[in-house]
Amino acid sequence: MTSVADTIAARPRVEAAAKAPAITLPAVSERELRLDLFRGLALWLIFLDHLPNNILAWLTIRNYGFSDATEIFIFISGYTAAFVYGRAMLNSGFVIASARILRRVWQIYVAHVFLFTIFLAEISYVATRFDNPLYAEEMGILDFLKQPDVTIIQALILRFRPVNMDVLPLYIVLMLFLPLILWLMKWRTDVTLVLSAALYVATWYFDLYLSAYPNGVWFFNPFAWQLLFVFGAWCALGGAQRMSRVLSSPVTLWVCVAYLAFSFAIAMIWNFPPQLGHLMPKWFENWMYPVSKTDLDVLRFAHFLALAAVTVRILPKDWPPLKSRWLRPLILCGQHSLEIFCLGVFLAFAGHFVLAEVRSGPLMQVVVSLAGILIMSVMAWVISWYKRSADKDGKKGIGNADMAGGSL
Amino acid sequence: MRAAILSLTLLAGLLAAPPAARADDPPPCDVPAYLLSSDSTLAKVADVVKSGKPLNVLVVGSRSSTITAQEASAYPARLLAMLKERLANVPVNLSVEIQTGKTADDVAHTLVKLVEAKNPTLVIWQTGTYDAIRGIDPDDFRTAVDEGVSTLQKAGIDVVLVNLQYSPRTETMTSVPPYLDSMRAVAQQHDIPLFDRFAIMRHWNDSGDFDLFSATHGVELAKRVHACLGRALSKFVIDAAHLDQGQQNSQ
Repeated sequence: MTSVADTIAARPRVEAAAKAPAITLPAVSERELRLDLFRGLALWLIFLDHLPNNILAWLTIRNYGFSDATEIFIFISGYTAAFVYGRAMLNSGFVIASARILRRVWQIYVAHVFLFTIFLAEISYVATRFDNPLYAEEMGILDFLKQPDVTIIQALILRFRPVNMDVLPLYIVLMLFLPLILWLMKWRTDVTLVLSAALYVATWYFDLYLSAYPNGVWFFNPFAWQLLFVFGAWCALGGAQRMSRVLSSPVTLWVCVAYLAFSFAIAMIWNFPPQLGHLMPKWFENWMYPVSKTDLDVLRFAHFLALAAVTVRILPKDWPPLKSRWLRPLILCGQHSLEIFCLGVFLAFAGHFVLAEVRSGPLMQVVVSLAGILIMSVMAWVISWYKRSADKDGKKGIGNADMAGGSL
Repeated sequence: MRAAILSLTLLAGLLAAPPAARADDPPPCDVPAYLLSSDSTLAKVADVVKSGKPLNVLVVGSRSSTITAQEASAYPARLLAMLKERLANVPVNLSVEIQTGKTADDVAHTLVKLVEAKNPTLVIWQTGTYDAIRGIDPDDFRTAVDEGVSTLQKAGIDVVLVNLQYSPRTETMTSVPPYLDSMRAVAQQHDIPLFDRFAIMRHWNDSGDFDLFSATHGVELAKRVHACLGRALSKFVIDAAHLDQGQQNSQ
């Protein structure tokens, strides 16, 4: 049995300073390819889900259980961010690590503003060309164009976030708090996780949220979603290692498999109400639905945990296909996740545009989806070529830029 | 399973087909039977119609329940015409209450006064679009719809919920699924029929009956879609009140 835990356990630990901080890290940095693989997969799935009315979206995991690619993305982001910047914090101290994290936050922010510009272009195009009396009300979404001054300011302070552009603001907020999270983890790793879980519970109990513009709330409530991010960080900083006994127990495996099967059945019933709807008792459905994505419903979180536990069980760290060229595109995408995520959001806009203006239909949806995945893969390859070859001349002056680049 | 659905669809199409085509008939826009069937019943409507009393219907909706300057072609007017035709032996009255730019929460608070004034047997409540555009917290939306439906049920009124339109051109701008799910959950919780306008319109778009991506500047598409919606909704209401057998025999 090999798990994320063993990755860390197998390596010599950093002999930390006299005080022996609570976190332990592998001394040598070797990329954990499984993280890249699944982050790449999450990016592909997010792209497919963002392309509206896409037949290939039936392939994505959100149709077969409670959680979806967002959970994978946020968890792995927490894991890798803690891995990279946790090391920086041990080696260079709180100030340096925080400075690097803030530089990363700035990059994500700029990427978000760039995506917003593209969104503005698309929506303005629709506003000027599309005038169908059937959709007079739906076109109200374009009303913000009447007040660009307010809207753009609100977008810059992350309060106005169009659909599909919610993940980066969440990520910006989570990263902003990463110095605090790492500082707490350096003190007491488990206490930090408990605090995070307490905040999650408080979110539900006291209905905590961040307001959005013009009204409404942040689609991904950071107070709730931080739990996944902190959990990822906790796993990276020794938690997975301490969990390895639980993870390798057959009881855990069967509980997870049973829960996955249960959520699969529920998802099928919800997706095919006319054929299967009668199978679920009404009181049960009333109790369970809707499963909140905004506040990261416990059912979703548990579903992600079960998926992750089964996955690390099935795929060992040295799983041979990880080195094969067939999985290379996924791994490359996962290694440059900020760029590829942004590209994916853009491609979803562009793909929708093609479907609207040229033609739609299942065949066209498949073509657009595959073209998008191909473009993402080629772009990931180009970026890694830049990092490997084009940027080699300069001294490694930016220090950790490479690792930071892989830390989203 | 597929074959069964297909034959049901065909059957529904045959049943829905009018005896003779007329000039103002909507184009063929069949709806699969499963989109027009509901486990919930409209008992009050059934009682009123069976006892020969007048059937008062109130449509509460937003801008997507009307067509600007073409109210007579919007789905509520078409629904009235179809109900009158199908329920020939009772008087049918229908009034429309359009509240533009109002969230479900705003509307829910007006319902008490509305039903006092109009005294309907059946309220058809179309909602969700404005909340989706404004990004209202889906939980708050669900609570509002829940309260509105409770209010109506306490007043002894049958309720049909009508969800959002399928609007492919704005799909990348509005997140619709949480609002659809919320309405479905409320309908199940209160055991009331949900007219799945979203799925029906998507079916028409996918099957090529209508090109809803169309950037048309004219009003013709809107009129044809509303005519089809009115026809489907009339069938949905009559089925949910179990009034179909008698009526069909008399045709």
